[in-house]
Amino acid sequence: MPMIPDKPTVSIDIDLIRRNFPVLQTQVHGKPLVYLDNGATTQKPRVVIDKLNELYESKNSSIHRGVHFLSEQMTGEYEHARETVRNFINARNTNEIVFTSGATGSINTVAFSFGEKYVKEGDEIIVSEMEHHSNIVPWQMLCARKKAKLKVIPFDENGELIQNEYKLLFNDKTRLVAITQVSNSLGTVNPVKEMIRFAHDHHVPVLIDGAQAVQHSSVDVQDLDCDFYVFSGHKVFGPTGIGVLYGKEIMLDALPPYQGGGDMVDCVKFEKTTYNELPFKFEAGTMNYTGAIGLGTALEYIGSIGFDAITQHEKSLCAYTHNKLKEIEGLDIYGNAKEKISIFSFLIQGLHPLDTGMILDKMGIALRTGTHCTQPVMDHFQITGTIRASMAFYNSFGDADRLIEGLKKAVSMLK
Amino acid sequence: MALTEIQDQIIEEFSAFEDWMDRYNYLIELGHDLPAIDPKFKTDEYLINGCQSKVWLHADFENGKMYFTADSDAIIVKGIVALLIRVMNKQEASEIMNADLYFIDKIGLKENLSPTRSNGLVSMVKKMKMYSLAYYAKHKD
Repeated sequence: MPMIPDKPTVSIDIDLIRRNFPVLQTQVHGKPLVYLDNGATTQKPRVVIDKLNELYESKNSSIHRGVHFLSEQMTGEYEHARETVRNFINARNTNEIVFTSGATGSINTVAFSFGEKYVKEGDEIIVSEMEHHSNIVPWQMLCARKKAKLKVIPFDENGELIQNEYKLLFNDKTRLVAITQVSNSLGTVNPVKEMIRFAHDHHVPVLIDGAQAVQHSSVDVQDLDCDFYVFSGHKVFGPTGIGVLYGKEIMLDALPPYQGGGDMVDCVKFEKTTYNELPFKFEAGTMNYTGAIGLGTALEYIGSIGFDAITQHEKSLCAYTHNKLKEIEGLDIYGNAKEKISIFSFLIQGLHPLDTGMILDKMGIALRTGTHCTQPVMDHFQITGTIRASMAFYNSFGDADRLIEGLKKAVSMLK
Repeated sequence: MALTEIQDQIIEEFSAFEDWMDRYNYLIELGHDLPAIDPKFKTDEYLINGCQSKVWLHADFENGKMYFTADSDAIIVKGIVALLIRVMNKQEASEIMNADLYFIDKIGLKENLSPTRSNGLVSMVKKMKMYSLAYYAKHKD
């Protein structure tokens, strides 16, 4: 962990930012809400909520099809959102940006389409031990379909991927590496750039799961040089039900479509159908256009604050919270990587996480208990679950204090 | 005492509590006071896995009545388990099969018996009813 400041230094006006998020003004069980479940989903700023209202109230129309004004207007907004996403992750062009239902939808798309094209019996896919179930199960399904094998990069006691073990997994059967940039249960920030470079040295493409990364720091897919990058809208202050699949154009171009339907086709005949160009080839059916536009608005909102300020605030908040948590007797933090973001998984000796979570809930503190969709991580530590407090840039030092107060109360009741 | 009378009694008891921490403290107390399950029943065979917390349940049948013992690894859940046992214990199997457990809602613990909470309690109630149905079917003649 970095050095812990005695006094928090506030780099951005948190009070002002918090006022942008209506949910953060609400009360739960008669107490002001402390929202620490950002790993599960993030809250939405007023601009996103207003945007969705505006779209449904005065602009609603199906995209890419109509000859009329509303449809053209909505199509324009949708394609503008694609450009906003492109800019957000610094993709080369908008052909590389596919809208999906979420990170899970994006991974399933690649697992199917890449798998159809490149994976055959006996081939191997590399994932890591700290993956979210969404970055394990689609690959297991692919492996079952193709009789391929899943190889797993283990992590050490601090929750860092063991790089030597990673390198040993490569052989001439390795077809793809799929790893997370940031662990949703350990908070670890993986050295994905170096890992991508190593994979590329072996001519193996890499998919990065950015679901827990994009809300914390800026991402540059060209700098990372990843072949695929996925994230969810709802975890980056946008609407739910929308996500992004970035793929290098040459890569996406070569893949067969995932789902068939309207809009993804060029010419449909019963003898043979030809497919639309990128990115539409991967966008079958009526897309979640309001979600995509709302996501664009969320990304523009983040841009207006800037990742320099966000990262700086989160770093001091992370250090402050870590320090405070360590003051609680018998509290063990799972995930102590040198590079980590403000996700804290922990247990307090003698306290069941569910009991603790139930007590905190009644104190207005929202966090998550359980396995966090990472059962292999729990198995690694031989535990059945943890309490997880996951923070976003709108969380304050006061939120951290309320968390500590809640935990102390839980200890007094349960011990 | 009839199943509904016990439920009404519990509702009465909980009405005295002013805040959630009082209710939870009482549940924690009930959890601690719940008679222990025989260790030989604390095995996977009797485990109701709720993903977030575990519940072990054993059922016995004597003279038309059901006898339950149970345990949980989470103490507040165990307190709710204790309430369920208090309501269902020594009741006729036929009563339990059709029991409407309205007290859970009335004392504000409804979300704990929602299928999505994944604490083992929903499955526990189901199991209690299934055991009762099984014993009832076996012994009705």
